[in-house]
Amino acid sequence: MNMNEQNTLAVKELLYKMADDLLILGHRNSEWTGIGPMLEEDISFSSMAQDKLGQALALYQLLNNLGEADPDTVAFTRNDLQFHNSELVEYPIGEYDFSLMRHFLFDNAELLRYTMLMDSSYEPLAKLARKFRGELKYHKFHGDTFVMQLGKGTEESKSRMQSSLDFCWNLALGVFEPSPYEDTLIKEGVWQGEEALKAQWMEAIAPVIEAAGLTIPDENTWKPVYGGRGGKHTENLQPLLDEMTEVFRVDPGAEW
Amino acid sequence: MDPEIPTISMVDLGIVTHVESDPANQSAKVILTPTFSGFPALRVMEDMVRDKLHDMGIPNVDVSTNFDVTWTTDLITEKGRKALLQHGLAPPPEHSNGFIELEVLSNVACPHCSSLNTRLTTPFGPTLCRAMHYCDNCLQAFEQFKPVG
Repeated sequence: MNMNEQNTLAVKELLYKMADDLLILGHRNSEWTGIGPMLEEDISFSSMAQDKLGQALALYQLLNNLGEADPDTVAFTRNDLQFHNSELVEYPIGEYDFSLMRHFLFDNAELLRYTMLMDSSYEPLAKLARKFRGELKYHKFHGDTFVMQLGKGTEESKSRMQSSLDFCWNLALGVFEPSPYEDTLIKEGVWQGEEALKAQWMEAIAPVIEAAGLTIPDENTWKPVYGGRGGKHTENLQPLLDEMTEVFRVDPGAEW
Repeated sequence: MDPEIPTISMVDLGIVTHVESDPANQSAKVILTPTFSGFPALRVMEDMVRDKLHDMGIPNVDVSTNFDVTWTTDLITEKGRKALLQHGLAPPPEHSNGFIELEVLSNVACPHCSSLNTRLTTPFGPTLCRAMHYCDNCLQAFEQFKPVG
């Protein structure tokens, strides 16, 4: 792929938003460590968080290879206005039904995203995608399993899963916010783009939601929450960053 | 040696993907591939390889990690699988680099008693590479090195 100025900007924008989603959601999922509702779930979220942080690191390393700062600087020294994650991933972990529903919606999209990226004309990203995809299979398996179990569980579990789905829906649609470089990315074969991903995602989650006895909100209420990709965030992000960077900021020059 | 599982070498785990040496220049180059993106001991593994080559009397050593070869559990050698079993871990099944289907996680042979009367309790374990199972025959929990495609 010809990495001219336009293509480089387009690829960097793609890498930043994907890496930031992974870093922020990885951090949120790690907040369940020690307080999960049962031991195996504590371990599941911790394990998936570790995967996501490792994947974020690999993507930040690609950005570093393209001239951005090193991963630690990029991860630990930006403020909220400089982050490109979707708003969905920055919400606090809330109750377990919210975290599970967010995980189910996000990770189904993530598995499809990296499956598509395996064919990217930008070879370094295609190589990472081949690795991530194998790991993400287990994330999807976990999300699908719990949504189905709880959707068909007790009256309380059903109603909690449905309210979480209702709450998350427009935030989840926000994950697919089109990039200013969408046309370039598609034309250059970097990947098929957010619209194509969203369509595949809708098809993938529908049978699981149906099997869980849940319903997707009515189409005339759909209103994707955009803005995160451009640095517009809720009041949840800065406190997350302050906490996440607390140890680093004690001595930013320290050798660990 | 793998820092987390001492009975198995990095070569048998499929982590070492490229080795070249130039005796004239007393140099060697080794490339590794990560087992999991989130594997925390990548730098430790690189250092272990560097130290080993220095111990062998090679002063000019270049060790690096990249994703050129995608690591999957299919890269584990036969010797590696035996070493895992020796450590008390059920080895992963071979899956010919296909997309892992969940069936490969059921009825794994128990590393303690070899029974197939077992079930997956969770695909997530104490480290990224381990799934947890339970044997209804000898009534013990066990871990499996989980299949990754």
